[in-house]
Amino acid sequence: MLDILAQADNAVDGLKAVGAGLGYGLAAIGPGVGIGLVVGNAITAMARQPESAGMVRTTMFLGIAFTEALALIGFVVFILLNFA
Amino acid sequence: MSLTALDFPPIAELLEWPGILFDGTAFELNKVGLIYLFALVAPVMIFYLAKRRYAQAPAIVAPRGIQTVAETSVEFVRESIVMQTIGPDGLRYLPFLLSIFFFVFFANITEVIPFIQFPANSRMAAPFFLAIVVWLVFNGVGIKHHGLFGYLKNVVIPPGVPKALLPLVALIEFVSTFLVRPFSLAVRLFANMLAGHLLLVTFAVLTTALWDPSPLAAIVWAPFIMLIGLTGFEILVAFLQAFIFTILTAVYIGGALHPEH
Repeated sequence: MLDILAQADNAVDGLKAVGAGLGYGLAAIGPGVGIGLVVGNAITAMARQPESAGMVRTTMFLGIAFTEALALIGFVVFILLNFA
Repeated sequence: MSLTALDFPPIAELLEWPGILFDGTAFELNKVGLIYLFALVAPVMIFYLAKRRYAQAPAIVAPRGIQTVAETSVEFVRESIVMQTIGPDGLRYLPFLLSIFFFVFFANITEVIPFIQFPANSRMAAPFFLAIVVWLVFNGVGIKHHGLFGYLKNVVIPPGVPKALLPLVALIEFVSTFLVRPFSLAVRLFANMLAGHLLLVTFAVLTTALWDPSPLAAIVWAPFIMLIGLTGFEILVAFLQAFIFTILTAVYIGGALHPEH
């Protein structure tokens, strides 16, 4: 099966595109859930203790940055597969 | 051109620019290089003009104009980045962090400035170089304050780890501090700006493709409104990425300065 596919350039390109799209979609699931958790809990914390909002906001952005990195690596893979 | 003939331009057309100044010499500058020069000169001009106004006006007068910009940004970086992550003894790194913040912000914000519309940080070179500079600085701070072996011990041996797990944890900590940190710092900035640029291009291409006398022209307002909304969103992203890059730099410096015990 793979041999037949490898012979047809178009099919390989198509599979690359499908793989890139699926790869990015899968890479976005975890960070999507993760950022939701981070921001949701940060909002809870800010609502409970408005005076600590500054500290919570800084930590929230840190958490978002670390979580988001995974989705961005997925995006880079998408670009590499499609255009490189 | 109708929607069926919609062509997304090849990626090289969106990212690679021909030389503009000194073409053919070793000092050739293209659009990206000029944006970096702008990002270098603009903050210097802001603080130079603010300093001059500060020298002219007595301190009793309320700050206005460019002086407000300078004072607000210094206060912002000091209060919400340095004090929250390093503490009072991190104030000596304030000029470094402020320079990084302004350089990244001005290289990002050209994404939404009309007729430039290209975020210089969507080319990997500058984010990668900035990440190397940050890597050198935080390791330098750690080595200066704890000595080479003290710093290495602080990095690879976190407190409260069972002895059996120590080799594994040490390896993970070493890789994550010395390899993953600069890589993720550079990729985060680069990928965010590239994604934003491609998003804006997509909706701009869609808008121009629908702008023709055909039944599909009836929905041309939809991508256009998306384009306007996303432009606003990208202003936020440009600021947020500069903020995150600076805050992570501060966190790394803080971690090298005060190891966990």
